[in-house]
This record gives sequence, structure tokens and C-alpha cells, in this order.
Amino acid sequence: MECVFGLVGNGFAIVAADTSAVHSILVHKSNEDKIMVLDSHKLIAASGESGDRVQFTEYIQKNVALYQFRNGIPLTTAAAANFTRGELATALRKNPYFVNILLAGYDKETGPSLYYIDYIATLHKVDKGAFGYGSYFSLSMMDRHYHSGMTVEEAIDLVDKCIMEIRSRLVVAPPNFVIKIVDKDGAREYAWRESVKDAAVASA
Amino acid sequence: MQIFEYNGSALVAMVGKNCFAIASDRRLGVQLQTIATDFQRISKIHDRLFLGLSGLATDAQTLYQRLLFRHKLYQLREERDMKPETFANLVSALLYEKRFGPYFCQPVIAGLGDEDKPFICTMDSIGAKELAKDFVVAGTASESLYGACESMFKEDMEPEELFETVSQALLSSVDRDCLSGWGGHVYVVTPTEVKERILKGRMD
Repeated sequence: MECVFGLVGNGFAIVAADTSAVHSILVHKSNEDKIMVLDSHKLIAASGESGDRVQFTEYIQKNVALYQFRNGIPLTTAAAANFTRGELATALRKNPYFVNILLAGYDKETGPSLYYIDYIATLHKVDKGAFGYGSYFSLSMMDRHYHSGMTVEEAIDLVDKCIMEIRSRLVVAPPNFVIKIVDKDGAREYAWRESVKDAAVASA
Repeated sequence: MQIFEYNGSALVAMVGKNCFAIASDRRLGVQLQTIATDFQRISKIHDRLFLGLSGLATDAQTLYQRLLFRHKLYQLREERDMKPETFANLVSALLYEKRFGPYFCQPVIAGLGDEDKPFICTMDSIGAKELAKDFVVAGTASESLYGACESMFKEDMEPEELFETVSQALLSSVDRDCLSGWGGHVYVVTPTEVKERILKGRMD
């Protein structure tokens, strides 16, 4: 079951997602990166139907890039979140995308922010958010330990606590997680938390 | 799964002496899970007109954006703000447009009309208007709200007493509804000022 969660700290936002690609009872791979780097200072962590997830997030990424090319300045996180919600809302009554999104970003003027966008296009700015069965554990963990203005070390500690909780309490717990961070220096991968390593792909 | 009870909401508007109050709860949930406790359900259309939207949050957000757009166009063309009665007709028309694929929202409209006469109304999801002289309610807690308002309402209350009445009615009603609550948001509007207050109730 797909687990995605994230939180806002002091001058940064962090998102974590599981990395298993599952079809029914089969695990295709355990190192699928579900957190896309939207642009230099935005991350989009998506969960849901895998085809929709990839197609929709790539569509958003390309449109965000197009805006920057046309206008010479990047979109703010709020604008990107509202654009994403608009696309989901327009498609909702025609051809809905079954993708839940946590959009994390950093803007120079307003600092870090995290947006919760569920698959029926409900948009809300949050300090901490989560999707999937893992949310029952990670949200409670974050409710207990989160406070505003956490440092990176404290936030990573909390993320690890959430991952521990998911691993021990969720019946079909995903083994591996990826953690990405966005701050004034940009959006980048922070760490992987692996308990099962995929065999290396043999070179052709 | 009832679509009107997916996110949970509580809305009430009450008429006083040359003033009105509109209040909502602050919970945003996804069925049994609470996502946020600071969700804004009431939006300002202009200084003397407020719109509250209960029901499915995504449709409430879409509907609000469409109505704000229509009001801004009206302001450009007519060079004045819309009267509450006119706005209620606009909302009703927009909702009925989608008669066979509706927005899952119940709006509550409250405003000061000509000669500072307070105007309140609510409608169902397909635009059937319900004008009232005393109070209107909407949301998952509507039955409790009807009872609470009916017993607490008095004619011609001054703004301070109106605020107390609306707050008590809202808090006692949402305490009986698991899908709404986590505090309250009350706007008391007189011809001269708008007072916005946050209530702290049972946080559960």
C-alpha cells in the first residue's frame, strides 16, 4: 500500500514516499521513485494509480517548465498547487486522475510550504500531511512529535520514526522509502531508507 | 459512502438588528480521518456579502472560484458590487446548470442589502433557494443546528449578543456530529465593520 507523507520545518519542507511498484500481489520493483522534482525548488510526491501518477505528474512538470520559458520567472508553490488542482478538477467529471499529491516547495518571499491535493482535487495548505494506509500511522506520529520550526535533524528523526511505525504496524508494509528535501538551495534527494535491496540490473 | 458526508461541514447564518452573522466549523476530513483543522469554509465576495459552502470540499472550491470570477466580471461591467439577492440568484442559476451532474455543495449566502437590511438564504445542491428571516443552516450537522438555532434565536439581537448566540449554537451542534468541529469561524457583519473571530471548542 502506497505511503506518502511530508512536513514543513524551519526553512525547508521534507517529503517521504515508499518505493514499491505493486500490481495486485506482485511487487514489480522496490526502487520506484515516486517523488518528482517539479522544478528547481518544488517537489511533487504522488501516490495512486501508477499510470495516472506518472502521466499526470509529468504533465504538470512540463507545464510548469513551459510557464517559466514563456514568462521568464518560475511559478510560486501556491500557483503550481492551484494549477495542479485546476487540472485535477477539470478532469474530475470527465476522466479523473486517481493520484493523490503532496506538493512541497520553497519560495524566497514566503519560505517553505506544503500543499495537500487529493485525487478529487481538494486543495489545502498544511504543515504536515500524508496519504494512504501509512497515513494512519505517520499522521499520528507527526501529531505527537511535530512542532513548528523543526531543524533538519529533528525532521529526519521524525520521518524515521514514521517509517519505523509503518514498517512495524502496517500488514503489507513497503520495505523501502525515499526522502527528498526542498529548501533555499533547491529540491534534492536526501536519503533512501532501504531494508530490501533490489538485485542490480544486468548490463546488456 | 455518502458524497455530502465525505469531507464534513457545518454552516449557519443568522440575522440580527441591522447586522448578520455567518459561522462555520474548521474541520477538513476525508471520511473518518481529519486532514486539517484550519479549513476556511466561508469566503468574502465583497465587504457586505459572504458565501459559505458546505458539502464536498473540491466542489466548494471550484464553485467559489467560478462565483468570484462572475462577481468580478459583474463589478467591471456594472461598476458596483452585487446585491445579495442578485448573487443568490446567480448561485442558484449556476447550480441548476449542472442539474444532471451537480456540484455536491450546499451554499449559505449572507449579506447586507439595500438600506443595510440583512439578507440570508440557503439552497440545496441543485439551486432550490430557501429564504429565511431568522437563520439558515447547512452541512452534516444541519439537524442539530436547526434545533440549537430554533431554541436560541431571538429577534433583533445586537451584534455582540448575536455573536454569542451563533457561537453557542454552532459549538453545541458540532459537538454532536463527528464529521464537523475542531473549532469555529464566526464573521459578524454590521454596516460599518466586519468582525472575524475564531472559536475554540471541543477539539475532537
